[in-house]
Amino acid sequence: MSKTTQITELNSNPNVVLFLCRWCSGKGADLAGTSRLHYPTNVLPIMVNCSSRIDPQHVVEAFLEGADGVLITGCHFGDCHYKTGNYKTFRRMALLSRLLKQVGVNPKRFRITWISATEGAKFAKITTEMVEDLKKLPPYGKNGKGGDS
Amino acid sequence: MSKVGVFVCHCGRNIAHTVDIKKVLESIKDYEDVVHVEDSMYMCSEPGQTIIKEAIKKHDLDRVVVAACSKDMHEDTFRIVTKEAGLNQYLTEMANIREQCSWVHENKEKATEKTIKIIESTIEKVKRNQALEPYNVPVTRKALVIGGGIAGIQAALDIADAGYQVTLVEKDSTIGGKMAQLAETFPTLDCSQCILTPKMVAVGRHPNIQLLTNSEVENVDGYVGSFKVKIKKKPRYVIEEKCTICDDCVHVCPVIVHDEYNAGLSPRKAIYIAFPQAVPASYIIDPSTCLGIDPLICAKCKEVCDPKAIDFDMKAEFIEEEFGAIVVATGYSVYPYERIGEYGYGNIHNVVSGLEFERLLSANGPTQGVIRRPSDGNIPKIVVFIHCAGSRDPAKHLPYCSKICCMYATKHAMQYKHLVHDGVAINFYIDVRTAGKDYEEFYKRAAEEENVIYIRGKVSELLQDGEKVLIRGVNTLTSESIELHADMVVLATGLLPSEGTQEISNILKLSCDSKGFVKEAHPKLKPVETVISGVFVAGTASGPKDIPEAVAQASGAAAKAETILSSDFLERDPVIAEIDDLTCGICHTCIHVCPYGAIYYDENQNKVLVNEALCEGCGSCAAACPSGSIELRNSTYESISASIKALLRV
Amino acid sequence: MMKKINLAIALGATCAGCDVAILDLNEKILEVFDLVEFKFWPTAMDFKLDDLKKLKDKEVDVGIYHGAIRTTEDAKIAKILRQKSKVVVAFGACANFGGIPSLANMPFEQDMFDLVYKDVPSMDNPENTVPLTSVKINDVELTLPGILENADALEEVIDVDYFVPGCPPMVPLIEQVVEVLKLYANTGKLPPKGSVIAGTKTLCEECGRTKPEKISFKEFISPQEVDEMDPDLCLLPQGILCLGPATRAGCDGLCTKMNVGCRGCLGPTDKVKDHGLKMISALTSLLEVEIEEEMTEEELDKIVDKIPDPLGTFYRFTYGKSLIYKLHSEEELI
Repeated sequence: MSKTTQITELNSNPNVVLFLCRWCSGKGADLAGTSRLHYPTNVLPIMVNCSSRIDPQHVVEAFLEGADGVLITGCHFGDCHYKTGNYKTFRRMALLSRLLKQVGVNPKRFRITWISATEGAKFAKITTEMVEDLKKLPPYGKNGKGGDS
Repeated sequence: MSKVGVFVCHCGRNIAHTVDIKKVLESIKDYEDVVHVEDSMYMCSEPGQTIIKEAIKKHDLDRVVVAACSKDMHEDTFRIVTKEAGLNQYLTEMANIREQCSWVHENKEKATEKTIKIIESTIEKVKRNQALEPYNVPVTRKALVIGGGIAGIQAALDIADAGYQVTLVEKDSTIGGKMAQLAETFPTLDCSQCILTPKMVAVGRHPNIQLLTNSEVENVDGYVGSFKVKIKKKPRYVIEEKCTICDDCVHVCPVIVHDEYNAGLSPRKAIYIAFPQAVPASYIIDPSTCLGIDPLICAKCKEVCDPKAIDFDMKAEFIEEEFGAIVVATGYSVYPYERIGEYGYGNIHNVVSGLEFERLLSANGPTQGVIRRPSDGNIPKIVVFIHCAGSRDPAKHLPYCSKICCMYATKHAMQYKHLVHDGVAINFYIDVRTAGKDYEEFYKRAAEEENVIYIRGKVSELLQDGEKVLIRGVNTLTSESIELHADMVVLATGLLPSEGTQEISNILKLSCDSKGFVKEAHPKLKPVETVISGVFVAGTASGPKDIPEAVAQASGAAAKAETILSSDFLERDPVIAEIDDLTCGICHTCIHVCPYGAIYYDENQNKVLVNEALCEGCGSCAAACPSGSIELRNSTYESISASIKALLRV
Repeated sequence: MMKKINLAIALGATCAGCDVAILDLNEKILEVFDLVEFKFWPTAMDFKLDDLKKLKDKEVDVGIYHGAIRTTEDAKIAKILRQKSKVVVAFGACANFGGIPSLANMPFEQDMFDLVYKDVPSMDNPENTVPLTSVKINDVELTLPGILENADALEEVIDVDYFVPGCPPMVPLIEQVVEVLKLYANTGKLPPKGSVIAGTKTLCEECGRTKPEKISFKEFISPQEVDEMDPDLCLLPQGILCLGPATRAGCDGLCTKMNVGCRGCLGPTDKVKDHGLKMISALTSLLEVEIEEEMTEEELDKIVDKIPDPLGTFYRFTYGKSLIYKLHSEEELI
């Protein structure tokens, strides 16, 4: 059980599973589209009604299925279409991120951010940033050498 | 085994420009369960829709994926197409390959790959979708309006005029609210009573309005379309129908207390009518001070009452009724100047609140419209009006602007000048905020034509100095400190949510903002809706407002309520949560997680149940359920997992 | 006269609490003796592994295994048991989910051997002696089984037919196992493969404490920090961390009846893939729900940080079979 930190090859093509909510961040993503703001194709979207639908198990499953990163997006605090869904998401993911850290997942691989329907530019910026960050890390999960699966 | 049909749109060149549609079709046609793939230049066009309809029939498709634009654009379109082809509309899903793919990428090869993944992920979702039918929730075609101020009156009249039954519940003995206490209204200086009382009378007479004064909403259950409401009608001890408002009882009543209608500036008896134009026109006994109600010490009023309208044994009545929609118009209360230490905690005799000054100005007020100061009844020659008393002061008082105070302080100063021609009116202000129709002109008129003096500055302190009030402050334009004596000071105090607003928010489970005002469902686009479907808000319950705004909002709320009442059934989205009793351990987690109170424990069945009419389908409970017993229809755990897996398929 | 069932009880990385639990059947153990013919139970009787090896394939009707697979020897025994048994039962939290031994699978920032044999404060080992798989003394080679990289649940090594979770399985569950054995002896019938012999719902169903309609709590505290414990009220609103809502029923609230929060030894229900993640999702959702909108991130952090070791707390028994365990990557230590 050697525990040395070794950076193997870097990941030129990381996968990011992007969770969108239907009301704010999903519309923000659409706005990035209508504004023709470019971001990397590595970002793979999946839309749910509310970010609070996302089970922490889904996040871990995404990593197990080969995601190099998971990005959860939702409405800004106070704007949630379902009143308080995003607060719930935030709390759940706060504890999940501590757990991920404990099992050695680099915090750069898991982000949660709020994007309003008007923040197309922010959407493009955050997704681009996340992909760039992941390119500086080795591949994760079954595509790479890290991870057990 | 599903039979999935996938329809890929070119969207002219919008998608086809960056996505190799041919390659997409080639790849998708071999995907598990896909039996038909087809493309179209414009899938949303008539020919495009026909392609889908015919393919559903020809290939006996049981699931449809339309890979095109955003759900917001065309989900409804394609659901209708599916339905028209005889397939349940919930068995169609859209894959967004335009906004979230072709428009944001340049590399055709990679965008094509991503398109394929998005479509495959959508196929996995739609395969797990169930056929669903929208719910029909029956509607009780009756509205409840809570609060009988101008907003509640307007809402009740509008709904009643539209032909629906309305119950108007008012806590006090009469409707009219704060507006009935005002002398004149800015910027036109109409007499408040003159424009309000006809509406009050109309409420009292309207065949569609059931008026319950001296009543409070005790409990509300149910949901949009059928709210079950319990109303407590407190005993009035005077039989409304018999009372002829002759006032014989008042003369004999030995109990004298402060008159709330006159802001405590005059006395009233324990048996009283709030003001002569009150609706309903009937006396009422104040049980907390009357000597006739348990124990019976005095019955003088009863003895003199000719029509035998007085009944000391009257008990509270409970009325339980169903309503389809609710309008909350519970109003505001005035920021108590007792909380303002720098202005003497209400202990300086000739410092009065705006509402007290209204009563002094009012022709039916304690001084019959002659301005007399409370200490000695003399007519004040110098009156100082302090704006933002208790407002815009996050350190000590209310952080927000109460919106109407600049205007009413200006109105007060002007009315004072009208009544006391040689008097001096001085207004201390932070900014004069006159954002309203003709408001700026009104302010200009006060300052330029009526010689009202405006000093930009904050009064830091008020002190009793002999007969006078000493005002210490600063002129922030000249940076000079100011000390002056006035005969009287009027505080333009801010607005607070009323107690009733707070109570009703709890009963109805409405969200409130940090100040305690009812939160709108959306601050811009849903200004009369609340977070509870079927409950609307009007007037100052949702924040400080002037009369025209309150009235406009009331009509808006009424129109929204009428929309609900206009049909026998409401259609509800069937994408809601479901609980599996076989594994549910009744841990109650979901009950508090649900932002709508849609999940509840049923003791008789010993089960946790979802109220279909309340569930909005966020799925938060499903993510929280520690035994995995809750699923959101068509967005199940498994469905999301499968979509994730498809996205990441190498 | 019914035919006696051939029973074998084998063990891996275990504290043998599972064996003791069987004896906890008290007089009912006599029924067991009437019912079965012991072919292997080294903890209780004089059996050696050779006794198991000597049996014909499938000669054992029911093979019970408790403990995790920690060493090469554990894996070997498990495989032999599988070979000799018609059905195999994973018995106890370790065999079911890896149990406490599997917590050693979490990534430490140093070698596990160093941690255990050198760096723990109670260890005085200047020569850095660690167990070896083989050592020669006077030309005689002594061997020990090797430590596997991870401690796993039984299912990771062999095919398992039935699952009896618990640390250890509680008497009522063992009684159910006895009933299954009886049925098998009398009729030859067995429950469907993959059955879990415990409840299908969660602990809340049987815990007996009263739950407020809406549960909410301020922070996570230990039972000793509670000023005055309400003996009837659900533990969560009292701030005591209880994994009951996510944990399979079957123990009849053994811990919660003693004012101790459930620690999750019966694992999750059938529908849950990861016990800890589900509990995390539920618990965080109920934190001061009334003021969740006002709570700042710092305040939330403060409360969440009161759980010093989320992994140890939420995966005390189930880490070896969790999704999160599958995730951990050695290359990626921060």
